[in-house]
Amino acid sequence: MTELTLVQAVNRGLQEAMRADPDVIVLGEDVGVNGGVFRATEGLLKEFGADRVLDTPLSETGIVGSAIGMALYGLKPVAEIQFLDFIYPAFDQIVSELAKMRYRSGGQFPCHVVVRAPYGGGIKGGLYHSQSTEAYFCHTAGLKVVVPSTPADAKGLLRTAIADEDPVLFLEPKRIYRSVTGEVPDGDHRVPFGSARTVRAGSDVSVFAYGAMVPVVTEAAAALEAEGISAEVIDLRSLVPLDEEAVLASVGRTGRAVVVHEAARCCGFGAEVAAVLAEKAFYSLKAPIARVTGYDTPFPYALENVYLPGPDRVVAAVRDTVRAG
Amino acid sequence: MAATASRPSAPAPSEDRLGGARLVDAYRAMVLARALDERCLSLQRQGRIGFYAPHAGQEAALVGSALAVAAEDWVFPAYREMTVALVRGASLQAVVDQLFGDAGDLAKGRQMPNHFAFRDQHFVSASSPIGTQIPQAVGAAMAARYRKQAITTITYFGDGATSSNDFHAGLNFAGVFRAPTIFFCQNNEWAISLPRERQTRSSTLAMKAEAYGFPGVVVDGNDVNAVYAAVRAARARAVAGDGPTLIEAQVYRFGPHSTSDDPRRYRADAQVEEARRRDPVARLRAELLAAQLLDEAADAALAEEARTRIGEAIGRAEATPALEPLSIFDDVFAQPTARLAEQRTDCAAHLAPGGRSS
Ligand SMILES: Cc1ncc(C[n+]2csc(CCOP(=O)(O)OP(=O)(O)O)c2C)c(N)n1
Ligand SMILES: [Mg+2]
Repeated sequence: MTELTLVQAVNRGLQEAMRADPDVIVLGEDVGVNGGVFRATEGLLKEFGADRVLDTPLSETGIVGSAIGMALYGLKPVAEIQFLDFIYPAFDQIVSELAKMRYRSGGQFPCHVVVRAPYGGGIKGGLYHSQSTEAYFCHTAGLKVVVPSTPADAKGLLRTAIADEDPVLFLEPKRIYRSVTGEVPDGDHRVPFGSARTVRAGSDVSVFAYGAMVPVVTEAAAALEAEGISAEVIDLRSLVPLDEEAVLASVGRTGRAVVVHEAARCCGFGAEVAAVLAEKAFYSLKAPIARVTGYDTPFPYALENVYLPGPDRVVAAVRDTVRAG
Repeated sequence: MAATASRPSAPAPSEDRLGGARLVDAYRAMVLARALDERCLSLQRQGRIGFYAPHAGQEAALVGSALAVAAEDWVFPAYREMTVALVRGASLQAVVDQLFGDAGDLAKGRQMPNHFAFRDQHFVSASSPIGTQIPQAVGAAMAARYRKQAITTITYFGDGATSSNDFHAGLNFAGVFRAPTIFFCQNNEWAISLPRERQTRSSTLAMKAEAYGFPGVVVDGNDVNAVYAAVRAARARAVAGDGPTLIEAQVYRFGPHSTSDDPRRYRADAQVEEARRRDPVARLRAELLAAQLLDEAADAALAEEARTRIGEAIGRAEATPALEPLSIFDDVFAQPTARLAEQRTDCAAHLAPGGRSS
């Protein structure tokens, strides 16, 4: 075990994957000499050389497009998009090409690219350095989408992503890159996809979150405990594939559900979780499902704390849910 | 994955012209391409296939380029390149099965006609969005170089695609990384209804390469040997480590953009007639007759052979069973997720005789 920050754990995961397999290469803007604008790729150029750590021109289309070609040829590229907000020039390559390559070729051309992208608000990044638009990608058949919230999961999910056979969007909650530290297992630590993590057990209500909302919800749960409300906190950590079993089992026990994400509410991933519960756990529910989310506004700069769900909003939603039935 | 070393390798680097039997082979491939094209248009009109995008007028560009690269090279095609796949050894049956979307289609009926994928021929799955294959070809070339495999990738696209952001991203990456890639642009003068002048103010498409720091060449796409020589030279540069080349093969699209298009809305028949005087198939035929590499009887036999092969392949395709409906759930991921397994079960129940209807 080693104590690491979340971004250090990403770095460690990349380094270990590159040591283990010469087919793993890293590409993106400023990932080489500069070690990434968040330092996620720090030291990789020095250790692995410019053949494996590619500082690319400023073109997300080019980054993901060329990564797809590398993957088709048999390499395991890990492409960094500097901020999720800047992924759209590559949206076509991701949605039309990467996600569909295996399917459209009848399985002849699997295409395994890991796209890493820091996402989310709380860093005073304004409209274009803060968004949480995972739902666009969850909506696309053929992509896996995972979001760690702890250093151990950051490394473990990243190692799994790089070893996987399918394209993976690996979203990194940049707000907690350095604020969260934790013990990370040494060596080949892997966290399987499609398995949620119980952050704390509880009996009155299930609160589902992922990424930077997990610490927010955990804080809320501690406050609720003092009021005598026992909240179970589940970190989904893998949105596609989703651990429906864990979601349903938890609500089967508690009978109440609150879903929390910083993404805008309309068609956000919380809608999917709520729909699964409505379809499959309706008769276990004692109260309406609640969502605590970003608002349906663009992401505001000066007032980001108004936009982002904090422990207070989670506490309020949980209280309402518990009182409702 | 390892490059397939067992296949025939590239022609000798010194060879920059097709002659003798190889030129006759090129002609045979072009005759097959033309006959297949005509037949596919009529199959679509008869409602036997759903769609078709013809390549008549582009046969010399297709065959000349395909013969100039090696089996271990990789092709990143658009949708008019079935002939390239055939030259690389894809079976005519596999091509026809794709058009029919039947159980013989290697891509399992997942795409419209013309969107081929042939793993064994290193012929990467084509898609509809224009230009997306261009940066992919660059990445594959970079990967090959990383693996120290002296191969090249060739990507096919049209004049319209030179306006796409993927074109610029791809050429720019190739220039910066000196990728061993051949950008093969078939300028057929039209992008559906828009003439080439509407895509760019540049006097040629080839000249765009200069801004990315590598050569661009214009070649007469109706001359199979001119195309062959240009691609041979580009390939030699690429494998020598000298980087990419953009080739603009000037051709003309004789037919409609696709079976959904009516070209009379935007171009005069006279222009088509004029272009047809430069027909690449007729041109090579005349050359071969003049060089006595072919006579009328042998020519007629080639045409007959093409028609017979095509007819047989269509017959077999129409006798091939339809795809298994539940196969729509395969190949989304390497292994189906629990959710896909559940939807598959649902769909199966719905499809079963007397099955539930929700
Ligand atoms: C991104 C995108 N925009 C629009 C289309 C619709 N479309 C299909 S083919 C085509 C014209 C392509 O012209 P060109 O690149 O010259 O190729 P050609 O069809 O002449 O071979 C258009 C606009 C598309 N397939 N993809
Ligand atoms: Mg065109």
